[in-house]
Amino acid sequence: MRHRTPLREALLVFERTPLLSSLSIASIGFSLFTIGLFFLVALNFRRALEVLAERVEVVAFVLRGTPTEAISQATQDISAFPEVLELKLVTEEQALARARRELVEFREAYRDLEVNPLPASFEIRLKPQFRDATHAQAVAERVRGFPFVDDVRFGRDWVERLDKLRNMAAVVGLVIGLAFAAVAIVIIGVTIRITVLQRAREIAIMRLVGATNNYIRGPFLIEGGIKGILGGFLAIGMCWITFTVFRQTTGDAGTALVFFGGLQMLVMMVFAIGIGLGGSLLSVDRQLRSV
Amino acid sequence: MIRFNHVGVVYGNGVVGLTDVSFHIARGQFVFLTGHSGAGKSSILALIFAEQRPTEGEVRVSGYQISKLTPREIPRLRRRLGVVFQDFRLLEYRTVEENVGFALEVTGARRETIPNRVMRALTQVGLASKARSYPKELSGGEQQRVAIARALVNDPHILVADEPTGNLDERAARGIFQLLREINAGGTVVVMATHNMELVRNTGNRTIELKGGRIVYDSGVDDAEAAP
Repeated sequence: MRHRTPLREALLVFERTPLLSSLSIASIGFSLFTIGLFFLVALNFRRALEVLAERVEVVAFVLRGTPTEAISQATQDISAFPEVLELKLVTEEQALARARRELVEFREAYRDLEVNPLPASFEIRLKPQFRDATHAQAVAERVRGFPFVDDVRFGRDWVERLDKLRNMAAVVGLVIGLAFAAVAIVIIGVTIRITVLQRAREIAIMRLVGATNNYIRGPFLIEGGIKGILGGFLAIGMCWITFTVFRQTTGDAGTALVFFGGLQMLVMMVFAIGIGLGGSLLSVDRQLRSV
Repeated sequence: MIRFNHVGVVYGNGVVGLTDVSFHIARGQFVFLTGHSGAGKSSILALIFAEQRPTEGEVRVSGYQISKLTPREIPRLRRRLGVVFQDFRLLEYRTVEENVGFALEVTGARRETIPNRVMRALTQVGLASKARSYPKELSGGEQQRVAIARALVNDPHILVADEPTGNLDERAARGIFQLLREINAGGTVVVMATHNMELVRNTGNRTIELKGGRIVYDSGVDDAEAAP
């Protein structure tokens, strides 16, 4: 007589009800696929915002004739600010050379100058977590405190707009992400419930012969876990195919797009297994209460 | 073994299942529960195997008070009982021996003891040769014998049978009844609900007749009163 372990019992379900099992896996896979696609878009949007945020910098213009020692000291002091990632001193000559190089339409005017009108400046890049209007403003105020600093600019308007965009993206992302997750859980719950209802008779017989609830749950949990794993792989696979096709069709613009990293895929798999296990547990327990 | 004391059952929809039902079934008895459909036979059986709880009175089965059973105690009680139904309730994707062995597996019986115990139960019901068959390959009478083997394999103190001959022809029904009597002869209490009065007549077994959820006749009432 063959002994049936909970694992064997769970695997036999796939053999006995291939269509329903496939439907459960497809339901988990497609639900996670929609969530995955959404997070893939969110991931790339966030990355684009980060690239934009790299441009957030504070520029402090230095008064003409400031002693080199004062500038060196200030360089050390500003570099020590906790928000500062990198500080670059642009001398008057470097500023003029850059203007001649980058402002093509004024090239002639700059060439004929007898006196360099451009001041030296500190170009201060902030650490990623401080690239917002509040921190840029704080750094600007502190830098303005140096007596030889003539003016400080950090593009307040566009940094504030960037902040708003980031906040809006976070809220919209969270709301849509939660909505997708809720819909996915409902779809998966219904699918697993159908499989449990199909086995209601079996559960009733198990209870009749004295099976404990834990004994009954065992195979269902394993089955849910396996469906979660397969559904997770299916979702990641579909995301990858969609991502690849999209990247190929968008040409050069698509090369900057990124796919999930290892950790993100692991999180997705854990989520898929959690949904499989959770859906099974909830459905079986509901059934156990009713028989 | 089984004691009902002024038991009443009212279902959620307000339908009265049982009213003031009292009886005692002592060790070794074979008891018929008779009456028309809806008389309350199945309600009594459901109380015995704790599928239902009384809304009034007290039910004691094999030392357990049904109304106070904790969820953990329900499987323990059921392992002391064997239950047989009219519709057999076999798992069609398991062989005969797997259906019977399943009742042992769920109780955590030692794996190496299961095949021998299964074969003993199947031999007792006369189906050892069909151990590898699937339920759909068997006749109705044979399927009911498998259900009885499954009920017996845990050596229950009490065997509860709800219309076990209801789906069977006369010959098969007689065979099942004879098998239940043999089981009872071994000391197991048998409580059998039936409306097949042909079976009940002239057997000499105790008969409790129900009507509208009340006991209207109990042939063993004197025994019950005398019982401790």
